[in-house]
Amino acid sequence: MRSLRYFKKLAVIGAVASAVSFSAQAETLRLLTWGGYAPQDVVEQFEQETGVTVKITLSNNEDMISKLRATRGAGFDLAQPSQDRIVSAQADFNIYKPMDLSKIDTAKIIPSMLAATQKNTEFEGEVYGVPHVWGTSGLIVNRSTASTVKDYTDLCDDSLQGSVSYRLKRPTLIGFAFALGEDPFAAYDNPDQYQAILDKVETRLIECKSNVKAYWSGGDALLNLVRSGEVSAAMAWDAGGWKLNAENPDIRFVAPASGALGWIDTFVLPRKTKAEDAAYRWINFVMQPEIAARITESAGNFTAAQGSDEFVNDTLKTQFKESFPQAALDNINWYPPVPAGLEEMEGKVLDRVKAAN
Amino acid sequence: MNRASFHRNRSQFRLGFWLLLAPIVLWLSLLIILPHVDMVLVSLRERIASRQYGFSLDNYTAFFTEPLYWNTFVRTAVMSIIATLMTLIIAFPVSFYIAKVLSGRPKIALFILCLIPFWVSELVRTYGWMILLRETGLISGALQWLGLAGQPVELLYNDVAIMIGLIYTSMLFMVVPLVTTLDSLDNSLIEAGYDLGGNGWQVMTNIVIPHAMPGIMSGCIVVFMLTLGNYLTPTLLGGKDSLWFTEQIYTQFITRFNWEQGAAFGILLLILSSLIVWLGLKLTKQSFTRVMS
Repeated sequence: MRSLRYFKKLAVIGAVASAVSFSAQAETLRLLTWGGYAPQDVVEQFEQETGVTVKITLSNNEDMISKLRATRGAGFDLAQPSQDRIVSAQADFNIYKPMDLSKIDTAKIIPSMLAATQKNTEFEGEVYGVPHVWGTSGLIVNRSTASTVKDYTDLCDDSLQGSVSYRLKRPTLIGFAFALGEDPFAAYDNPDQYQAILDKVETRLIECKSNVKAYWSGGDALLNLVRSGEVSAAMAWDAGGWKLNAENPDIRFVAPASGALGWIDTFVLPRKTKAEDAAYRWINFVMQPEIAARITESAGNFTAAQGSDEFVNDTLKTQFKESFPQAALDNINWYPPVPAGLEEMEGKVLDRVKAAN
Repeated sequence: MNRASFHRNRSQFRLGFWLLLAPIVLWLSLLIILPHVDMVLVSLRERIASRQYGFSLDNYTAFFTEPLYWNTFVRTAVMSIIATLMTLIIAFPVSFYIAKVLSGRPKIALFILCLIPFWVSELVRTYGWMILLRETGLISGALQWLGLAGQPVELLYNDVAIMIGLIYTSMLFMVVPLVTTLDSLDNSLIEAGYDLGGNGWQVMTNIVIPHAMPGIMSGCIVVFMLTLGNYLTPTLLGGKDSLWFTEQIYTQFITRFNWEQGAAFGILLLILSSLIVWLGLKLTKQSFTRVMS
């Protein structure tokens, strides 16, 4: 027993030593990520193989930008914002460092996704992001109580008084705009036109307010609201819907008629990253198909890793196919990069919706 | 230490005094004053283009011209004042009972009972209230079981829920100063009041309350400031209509990346709340130094 422990210790020391010799002094990787993207077993295996300690901070898009802005890009070695939120944040706050794609095993990444992310995260000739996990926002519907809900605007139906929930954040504005027959993405570069769309959405969201039970902010809080039956239809992430579906078959994730909203969460390097090599090693590590499948099972969303679908369990695959028939898959509206300044306009709308009676 | 050595050590004593003072001076200047100066500077600029900022008072004028922000502040201030008064009304009898009626072990026991809820974090306490008040929660279930309600009742996500949460969170900060001042009131004064023919009400308004006034005011100031600056309770218990000014500041900083506006709101909150406290002191004819001593 003792000798085994001794051997393990030796192995760890050996791993650390090789890691140190391989990459200058990458001992800790401070990862700023989403819940489920770095499951415990994956982290442990990475630590075993490389000797790098991984420290995880859970976050969301706005929080990531705010944290890095406050420290001017220090405090973390690798972050995972969505691809549409990178360029504007970089333009305004200079918090990221360009990616060196030659250090990434790009053969492991689905080419179309890599290309899309490359295009969307390019700023002043440099690429800042590599795709990791992708998914959609749509509708979580309890079919026994809200079977009529097919699109975002159906949440405002009179029959759903007080039993609806969504976030007071930009995805809600975008979703409602699409459901109202507009194309907000096409108006991204035209502030006047975009404002007109926002005004339309604002009126609708204010009318809809009596239907809302609570504006959710944390994913777990929303899951609890739906699980307990207090909320029968909500705008939310697909993974949450599939999780609830596994517990209660009546609850489903539905791709809205006007299209689910597609996002890709990426890997980016904060400007003052201290463990760049470890960061690249983490990226290459989690892009291995078998590891990526484990992340899919923990996060509930599929990854950009080539061929990882084979390793994912059948439940999730069935759920995915049920929510996304080919037509719905083709209908996904992928977020283009948000131009700077747009979020201020959206903020005012969200404030007014919140304050309305 | 004898007198001679004291004189000899006088310069050392001075040094010691400054050394002892250093932590608080550092604390105040580095963590309170400097950040506030920076906040003022940030609040006075405006984003012109990416990474370009210019001087502007727009962030302050936005507060007064956009009714939304102004209304949010007024709502927050009014609700905080109501919460403070309600806390006082609930805490005064409790404190009086602890300070004047009880003595010895029961007194300490009751005081500790007031303290115990504060051994868990505010977040946990707030979640406790959410478990009680939500539609599928304990109170709603109990009402249905007793036949008083035909269907689940939603008690969460309204102003009353915010009020309950705020009062519950503030109780201790009212009870402690009240118990301290009431303790210092000589019982014989109360007895003398009765001996001179006063009734309970007269003794209360002429002897107890005037004596307790500094405690009442210091409790009120602390509770008011805590309530006004509370973020968690209004956000979690208030739901979709929970407009709270600190929430607005948080939103500006974190979700809108608009530090300039957030900083302006922060400074305005500081100024306006100080103004309200000053008004309260003026109205009750108390001096700040006496209240805080």
